[in-house]
Amino acid sequence: MKKASIVYVIPILLVTGILLASNLKAPTAYIPVSSNEAVKKGASDENYNKMMDVLVSPRCINCHPNDNIPKQGDDGHPHYFGMSRGENNLGYQATKCTTCHQSENNDYSGVPGAPEWSLAPASMMWEGLSRKEIAESMLDPERNGGRNHEELMHHLTEHELVLWAWEPGVRADGTPRKLPPVPLDEYISAVKQWFEDGAVIPAE
Amino acid sequence: MKIAFTINGSSQTVDIEDGNTPLLWVIRDILDLKGTKFGCGKAACGACTIMVEGEEVRSCSYAVKFAEGKKITTIEGLGTPENPHPVQQAWIEEVVPQCGYCQPGFMMATAALLEKVPNPTDDDIDQNIINVCRCATYYRMRKAIHRAAEIKNNSNS
Repeated sequence: MKKASIVYVIPILLVTGILLASNLKAPTAYIPVSSNEAVKKGASDENYNKMMDVLVSPRCINCHPNDNIPKQGDDGHPHYFGMSRGENNLGYQATKCTTCHQSENNDYSGVPGAPEWSLAPASMMWEGLSRKEIAESMLDPERNGGRNHEELMHHLTEHELVLWAWEPGVRADGTPRKLPPVPLDEYISAVKQWFEDGAVIPAE
Repeated sequence: MKIAFTINGSSQTVDIEDGNTPLLWVIRDILDLKGTKFGCGKAACGACTIMVEGEEVRSCSYAVKFAEGKKITTIEGLGTPENPHPVQQAWIEEVVPQCGYCQPGFMMATAALLEKVPNPTDDDIDQNIINVCRCATYYRMRKAIHRAAEIKNNSNS
């Protein structure tokens, strides 16, 4: 009786092992990507990377803080004088962003300025996030001010405060502020194309 | 270019080549109102603080072209020796200034604060009065700000 059981069990185990091994080697769920799709994905990733190179640059991230304190400079140091978000992203009751920052850069004093100079809302905090987390935050209507893709694309490519990044003026010592790492026309084209391709965030 | 505005209740028109010239320079060098001071020239110290349409502004970073049609108040327009502004009265009572250079900026910032926050707490003062005083008269200024609020509120009641 015992010998007969072994005779049955050994072949079953062998067959199971062979089946498992063949599944690992050649997954039946694998769908090959066509060359066109691969090219499209590559282009989308490139557009994404260009856009993110800009969004993580100091000209953008300094006004998306994670602690309600605006940052300054290429080193992202906390804004001098204890300035903070205040109740409406515009500073305190009397001393506001517009106490010093006007609607244009002032090259005499080196104080930067643009229309609607303010911090991004607290829900749009990007400082300290990975590129993927920033992109996810940006696409999330709960955190992006309820914007859909079309509205986001316009915001990222047309809003004057965003475009200020490419015309940041000079510092108090007269030296020019650092520009984002991607030229403006390339950035705009990359953002538009990335949204047109479905705004796919690549895995990190 | 010609720029017209009202300063301390008087209408003024200035003819200036560069509209981006800081309003501070126009106030001091063209209108000869020397109460507003040049400190750092980069909107950091607050010595040049004035009010434009009742809002606190650093005049060293404010292009004169933005003043077109606006109402501007400098320390000279805050009060008079006979009828001082509550902030000026409090500053006298608390004997605040030491060298005095930065004080007009502090007083203008305080006047602007009291318009927005009639009874400022110490936190309100810390957040809004961020000018710099090299003599470190901050302790007396804090007392004077509270006193100015008291004088202003009593005069309104």
